[in-house]
Amino acid sequence: MDKNGDGIMVFLNYIALLLSITVLVSLVRVLAGPTVPDRLIGLDAANTLVVALFVIFALIHKELIYIDIAIIYATLAFVFTLYIAKYLEGKK
Amino acid sequence: MILLAYVLMGIGTAFQILGVLSLYRFPDLYTRAHGTTMCTTLGSISLYLGIIVYCFYSFSFQWVSFSFHVLFLLVFLMLTGAAGTHAVTRAAHKSGIMPVGSFDKLKEDENV
Repeated sequence: MDKNGDGIMVFLNYIALLLSITVLVSLVRVLAGPTVPDRLIGLDAANTLVVALFVIFALIHKELIYIDIAIIYATLAFVFTLYIAKYLEGKK
Repeated sequence: MILLAYVLMGIGTAFQILGVLSLYRFPDLYTRAHGTTMCTTLGSISLYLGIIVYCFYSFSFQWVSFSFHVLFLLVFLMLTGAAGTHAVTRAAHKSGIMPVGSFDKLKEDENV
């Protein structure tokens, strides 16, 4: 299919490892945030990183359906963030 | 061409690591939200552009469809990432969380 597929596959595996570590590191902020919007910001960053991880795994495993799963996941994460933000608004 | 894909993916991963690092190195909710959202959005855009460049490098019919799906996800991410963070910080400001510093321009505008 491509001329030097092995090099970029190793590179994509390293990228997936680094992104998994950053997802775990951003979930520490969700557990230890001082206020509720801090936790929500950490969860939003984790959702963005998980969507990027879905795309990387789609390119590694050569499956197109993972991109569609990533699009649905991004939509649900956006709706979740807006819903919790509307819930927090105006609460002392 | 393949070198451009490597460079774009490397820049994207570096910006995402910096964005998660900025969750811990800022003193405040608003600065944390600013740094994290801008760095992860730019990192995702650069990573997806690298993937699109790689897909057009290894050219076949399935990979064109793949790159258009990734392009749709990129546009969707550019629309929703900033909007979600703006909603969260607006709700935080309305619920009385003050930024670290001496002035609050939004509160002054609402009082006038």
